[in-house]
Formats: sequence, structure tokens, C-alpha cells
Amino acid sequence: MSNTVIKVLTMSDMIAKGETPEILFWVGCSGSFDDRAKKITKAIVRILNHVNIKFAILGTEEGCSGDPAKRAGNEFLFQMQAMQNISILNGYEIKKIVTGCPHCFNTIKNEYPALGGNYEVIHHTQLVQELIDQGKLKVQGGEFKGKKIVFHDPCYLGRGNNVYEAPRKVIESLDTELVEMKRSRSKGLCCGAGGAQMFKEAENGNKEVNIERTEEALKLNPDVIAVACPFCNTMMTDGVKHFNKEGQTKVLDVAELIANANDL
Amino acid sequence: MISSIVFCILLIGASTFFYLNIKKIRRNIFIGKNIDIHDKKSERIKSMILLALGQRKMFSRPASAAMHILVYVGFVLINIEVIEMFVDGIFNTHRSFHVLGKFYNFLIGFFEILALGVFIGVVVFWLRRNVLKIKRFMNAELNGWPKLDANTILIAEMFLMTALILMNAADQNLQLKHHPNYHSAGSFPVSQFFVPMLSSFSLSNLILIERFFWWFHIIGIFAFLNYLPFSKHLHILLAFPNTYFSNLKLKGEFTTLDSVTDVVAPNFNPSYEPKTDQNNPLRFGVKDVKDLNWKNLLDAYTCTECGRCTSACPQNITGKKLSPRKIMMDTRDRMVEVGKNMDANKGIFIDDGKSLLGDYIKTEEIWACNTCNACVEECPINIDPLAIIIEIRRYLVMEESQSPTELNGMFSNIENNSAPWQFAQADRANWINDVN
Repeated sequence: MSNTVIKVLTMSDMIAKGETPEILFWVGCSGSFDDRAKKITKAIVRILNHVNIKFAILGTEEGCSGDPAKRAGNEFLFQMQAMQNISILNGYEIKKIVTGCPHCFNTIKNEYPALGGNYEVIHHTQLVQELIDQGKLKVQGGEFKGKKIVFHDPCYLGRGNNVYEAPRKVIESLDTELVEMKRSRSKGLCCGAGGAQMFKEAENGNKEVNIERTEEALKLNPDVIAVACPFCNTMMTDGVKHFNKEGQTKVLDVAELIANANDL
Repeated sequence: MISSIVFCILLIGASTFFYLNIKKIRRNIFIGKNIDIHDKKSERIKSMILLALGQRKMFSRPASAAMHILVYVGFVLINIEVIEMFVDGIFNTHRSFHVLGKFYNFLIGFFEILALGVFIGVVVFWLRRNVLKIKRFMNAELNGWPKLDANTILIAEMFLMTALILMNAADQNLQLKHHPNYHSAGSFPVSQFFVPMLSSFSLSNLILIERFFWWFHIIGIFAFLNYLPFSKHLHILLAFPNTYFSNLKLKGEFTTLDSVTDVVAPNFNPSYEPKTDQNNPLRFGVKDVKDLNWKNLLDAYTCTECGRCTSACPQNITGKKLSPRKIMMDTRDRMVEVGKNMDANKGIFIDDGKSLLGDYIKTEEIWACNTCNACVEECPINIDPLAIIIEIRRYLVMEESQSPTELNGMFSNIENNSAPWQFAQADRANWINDVN
């Protein structure tokens, strides 16, 4: 973290200056409002800023992608949100979008085209991997060098979109010891938040899903549980607290690993 | 002559009965709404070859995959011998293919090894279910008929394979006693060990034993064939169309409801042309089987209740009622019930006051789902329980306004302030003021 303030421009700022961004950063509701997730948002901004990518956000013109409404069966509300967002995105002639939320990523990438929204959408872990591969982002392990890190696959990045390797390659680029849970990649277990479960109490059972998943991760005694979704972050953080392991194991987004290790 | 006639009557009877029941299954599947799946033919054929024929997805669980391959390969290849049995049955011949000479001897020996493989496979399967009590075979939805169905199939296969081996053992005794009708047919790698067991029998008794097991085997096969339409075991046939017609899109992409677009889109585009028939509006989502599409119903008939889906479901693992396998079984059971209703009423469904949602699937199961796609990923033949769950949610939300209170709150937040939580939209970008 440096002392210089990074200026984040909105699309309307950009247009006012007569400029167009290379990429739109879709922040998502969690990344905009949730205090923990805002740290991930800022880490992504630091990375974008560090590699001098010209980016913008929609700011107050961004609205919920509609993912939780759609997964909960409210197709009306989903399509209202989607069409509202599409009219703004198309109005700004947006071509490429990066987002820190796998739910927004999946929805905009896969479900907006049928409603008239066609964009190249990537997840921030894919962008970071690309930047490292292209040599534009040089990373060092820093505080994470040699640390044991376990990656928890977000369902909508992994199974939903077959993105398994990008976050892992990024973690490995930090000279870490990447370890895997038995249930990983396509067999990964959900954190418990998806399908709009984030917004309701669980049905009667004998365990919370996030406890089941965190327990599996903690068995490996990791220094860090790496996540790539703000909702997984919440669920796994709660899980680590449940087991009183905050002292030993941190829950961090892949973007935070990169930004923190390299003092971005 | 009489045996030929008996055989032909059995053959025609079994084939007709099978044909009629398959026709009924086809009719039941098309109770569902039409969807057009005619794209990407080569990709579909590839999926069918890899998943149904090649069983690729089975191999993520190597132990059961190995046993399944034994049974599957045996089942398919031993059917070549059944062709010979058909010829022998119709023309009252014995081992009519023995004219193939050494190759025939090789085949018969090979089939015996396969039969042993099948036998071992089904015994292991039986032990897994009944002695080891593997967790995914113990869920509540399997109580009663499903467990009996599974064990019936396994025991029937044990009997069929035993009959094949004992038939050959009797045959060898007859060969050794130089009975003119019993040609030598090679080395019989498995049944040779059962030859001494039968050697004390007289010629006529040996013929009787050989014939008994021959008829037992062939009648067993006819019975098995006709058991399929009433059993989970139908997957051996439906795995092929089901993998062919399976969803080729990314699993994260859920279907778009055109009927909803027709309502929403005109708000954004006044010149929007509706995509669905406005005079004949369909129900939003799914309440009963007729609201599902035929692929959902094909999925239901294809399910062999293996429970890989349920064993991977985060909600089921943590003790919730939701079980993706139960969703598929309920869908099939309701479809069969609707089919029987139609049979009883000259092909027309008379409202029985029941529905898939409520009488079979409970809302508690539907709201537990994480939409994580673990069940879809697990299914070796690409059955999609999640598609049904989402459609039922759509019905509950859009037709009945029956969603859990907290979700209603989430919906209102999105409507009012464009975020699932109650935050002011004006504050959305406040975070940009302190990025350093």
C-alpha cells in the first residue's frame, strides 16, 4: 500500500475527458458495499493501476447483475436488472469487462448475450494470470513466499465456467506451496453461499455448508485459504472464526495475495 | 419343432411387450414441453461416445468404475452369444456358429471369462449395497422399491451368468461322452471346473440340465429385457440418447425465459417483437411434469439412482433434505403416474389434484439448493437435476410469490436500490475515495 492516492475514474468521468478505457472494472455489489470485499476491490484497483491499464468503473450507474435473483428463480427481476445494465454498458460501448465476482462474471458473460449484451468478460484471476504471462506484472512471493496456501474453487468460476488453472497459476507465481483439498477443481465443494443461500438461513440439517468446507481446508493446516469470490471469502472467513483459527489461517482473495506480496 | 415354436412365441411375445412399453415411455417423455435440440451434431455424437460408450465420467471413482466396466463389457459382448442362441432357438440347432471353427472356440472361452467378470462385478456391487452399506446407497429415497429393484437386477445377473457357466459345464460332459449333437468347442476356461460336478449324471439327464440352463438363460434375457422399462436399469439404453441430447453449454449459464423477456423487454425497447405466443401464455416455471421439457423427463427415466449427485451435494452432505437423486426419482415417479392416468382415460390426462411440486418434491428441498452444479458435474451420463430445481423455483417465485421471507427482502432490495442488501445506490462508489 503506497501513500499516493489512486484516482479511480467512472465511465462518465472518462467520457467527460473524451477518453475510452481499455477495460471496464465491474465491481459488483459485494465489492462496492461489503467492508471486507471492498479490500479485494481495492487490491484489484492497485494491480490495474500498477500495470497502467486504463480502466473505469460504472460507479453509481452499476446495478446488481441479477445473479441472486436469477438463481432464486426470479427471472423477472433478473431480466430487469440485466436489461438496465445492458442499456448502460451498450450506451458506453463497453467491449471488455473484468470483475472480481464470479457471479457477476458468469451472469454477464453467459446470460447477458441472450438479452443483447455481448462483451468479453474475464475474471480478475484470469487478468492477473495474463499480465504475469505477458511479463507486464512482475511478482514476488513477499510475505507469502514458501507459505502453505490452499485454493477454494468458486462454483461459478470453476464448474460454472471451467476456470480452474488461472487462480492456481497466480498463487504459484508467488513461490508458495499450493496444496489441494480432496474436493477441488471440478469436484470442489461449494462454500454454501451460492444459489441465493447467502441471503437466507439454511434449511434444517446437521451442519452449515461453510463449516464443512472450512473444516476440509483447515485439515491441511494452511497459512492462507485463498479464494476468488467475495461470497466465498465471507463464508470461509466465518468458518475459520468458527474453528478459532484466525491466528493461524488467513482468508485472502487471490488479488490480495498479489497486491500485498508486492506492496502495490 | 415344438421347441422352435415355443421359442418363436416367446421371442415375438417378449419383443412385442418390450416395444409397447418403450412406446409408452416415449409417450411419457413427450408429456414434457418441446425443446429443439438439433445443433452441434458432431459434438453431441462425441459426448455420446465418450460418456455412454466410453463411460469417461465413471473413472473419477476408480473402484466402482472398474466393476462397472466388467459388467458393462460382459453384458455387451455376451449378447453376441445371445445372437447364436436366437438362431439355435428359431432353427432348433445347437451351437450353430461352431462352423466358425477355432475363432468360435476362442469366442466361447472369451465369453466365459466375461461371464466370470460380470459375476464378480455384480457380487461386489451387491456387497457394496448390502454389506459394506456405502453411504450413497443408504439415503431415505432408496427405501422400498428402489433397493429391491437394484438387488433384483444384481441377483438376476448372478443367476444369468451362473446359468451360462453351468450350461457349458453340462455341454462339456456331453462332449466328453461323445454325444453326436454336442460338438467340441474349445477349452471352456471357467466352466471346466464345474465339469466333475456333473459328470455322474446320465446322458439324458445331462441333456436335460444343458437344455434347462439354455432355456433359463434365454427366458431370463427376455424377462430382463421386459423388466428394464419398469426399472432404474433402463439407463443401459437411455444413457445413449441422454448423453447425445445433454446440455453442451457452460454449466454456469442458466436458461433465459423468453416468456419473461416478452414482458420485460418492451420497457427498454418499444419496437421489441415478442418471441412467444401471446395468445397462449405458458406457466412460468414448473409445477408439474407437463411443465418440464422432454429432456428433463428423459433425464428422469435415464437416472439409475447411483447417487453420485447426492453424495456430492453440499446441502445433502450437511444433512439437509435436498437430494438431487430424489429430484430425479420424484420426477420419474410423477411422470409414470401421469402416464398411468392417461392410460386409464383413453390417452387424456384427467386432473388428479396432484403435482410434482407438493406431492413429490417439497419446497424445503427446492430452497436448499446452492446451484453449485456439483450434481450435474457428478452425473456420469449428464443428468441435470439443477435444471428442474431452478424451474420449480421460478414457479414458486413468479406464479405463487412463495419464496422464503429473506429472499423476498433480497428481491425488494435489488428492486429498490439495485443491490441485494439495503444500501443506498448513491453510496456504491464511496470506496473510491480511499484507495491508496
